[in-house]
Amino acid sequence: MVRVIPLSGRYIPKPSDVVVGTVTDVQTTFWLLDIGAPRWAPLHMTGTPWKMDVGETGQYLHVGDTVVVQIENLDATGRIGVTMLGDGLGKVDGGTVITLSPAKVPRLIGRSGSMIQMLTQKTDCRIAVGQNGRIWVDGTSDGIERVREAIRLIEEEGQRPGLTERIAGYLGSTQGTSGPLAPTPGPARPPFEPPGPIEPGDDEDDAGPGPF
Amino acid sequence: MGSVGAKEVPVLLTPDGKRIDGRHLDDLREIKIVAGALHQADGSAYVEWGANKVMAAVYGPREVHPRHLQQNNKAIVQCKYNMAAFSVDERKRPGLDRRSQEISKVIAEAFESVIFVEEYPRTSIDVYIEVLQANAGTRCAGVVAASVALADAGIPMVDLLPSVAVGKVAGQIVLDLKKEEDNFGEADMPMALVPQSGRLVLLQMEGHMTADELGRSLDLGVKGCRAIYEKMKQALRDRYETGAGPAAGVAQ
Repeated sequence: MVRVIPLSGRYIPKPSDVVVGTVTDVQTTFWLLDIGAPRWAPLHMTGTPWKMDVGETGQYLHVGDTVVVQIENLDATGRIGVTMLGDGLGKVDGGTVITLSPAKVPRLIGRSGSMIQMLTQKTDCRIAVGQNGRIWVDGTSDGIERVREAIRLIEEEGQRPGLTERIAGYLGSTQGTSGPLAPTPGPARPPFEPPGPIEPGDDEDDAGPGPF
Repeated sequence: MGSVGAKEVPVLLTPDGKRIDGRHLDDLREIKIVAGALHQADGSAYVEWGANKVMAAVYGPREVHPRHLQQNNKAIVQCKYNMAAFSVDERKRPGLDRRSQEISKVIAEAFESVIFVEEYPRTSIDVYIEVLQANAGTRCAGVVAASVALADAGIPMVDLLPSVAVGKVAGQIVLDLKKEEDNFGEADMPMALVPQSGRLVLLQMEGHMTADELGRSLDLGVKGCRAIYEKMKQALRDRYETGAGPAAGVAQ
């Protein structure tokens, strides 16, 4: 028997991984999520904090929505079961998704979360890291760009020693690049909170089709 | 018995055994392989082989479209071999033709036999081979590029798949034919080898050879494949030993 451990490639799901996914299809009792894995992952309506009847799935999540979910189970046929019940899981609004090689995710998190904590603090962004290499970021456009650049650095230089220092240096050096004339940042954004349950019709857009 | 019909048949073999480009009978053309040449694909490779220039991109394993093609016990391997309109002297009409469909099929089947397809049921592994410049042996260059691209995409395989063509030119068995030798030679036989097991997973032939010549051709082809195998491994080492950053020397 031969086993291959790839150095790169697609995200291979593991149970209890937290991942960031995009809704690709809405069915009567579940949604299909693209989590960058070999297959789409069905999120069943019982795996969400929302109470709904069959056929009402379309009122909660639309195609193109971004969600933070956890891998619950994997079966031999490669089916990936995910859940939205748990701390830090749920739908995220706004922001943007940045991709990173799944093999580099541990570098982005850093030892006991040191790297991601620093990124969050220095850019004032809300960040949700998926083990699948998809990172949801929300904040000021300047902040998002700096997170994007930091992630690019991690992608390219993640294997060299002293990464955290170099990222700290980068974040420190660009903090004042826009000069004294830069508009003062708006009111500080609240730190990332796990999105709680939302009710259908929460926002006005819900009546129309999804954002895409 | 050389091919006739063309205005000028070039001298394919000099009396002292040199070929049209100065190579010996068992010499390969210069081969350059770059793993990870593209950013957006799951895996990619670029190969320059003599005057051939071939780019390969791999996507997957991913969902199968259309759905009815999906197999519930294994991944399917889909391959698209395409020649650019500007890859040959006379503009090639773009798109699918009988030749490219056949090549796509044999390459897909060759890879299906080395990839661990059972590990990814109901998915598709898509291999795209684009020939940017052609000078005979493009399917072999395509297999080599696609094989490195599959490895770059982290797809588990039994082995890499080196590939080369052998042929008969001016009555002699030669390795790695170039365009003039392919056009005016007597036979052309592309093959792809699984080096670890010595199994051939692609073998085609055009032209005529005796049974004895066929045997010698196979031996020569296997030798050529093993030489190419080393270059393929080196290309992957170059990409991953220097850190898994983008391949050196390739604009991103």
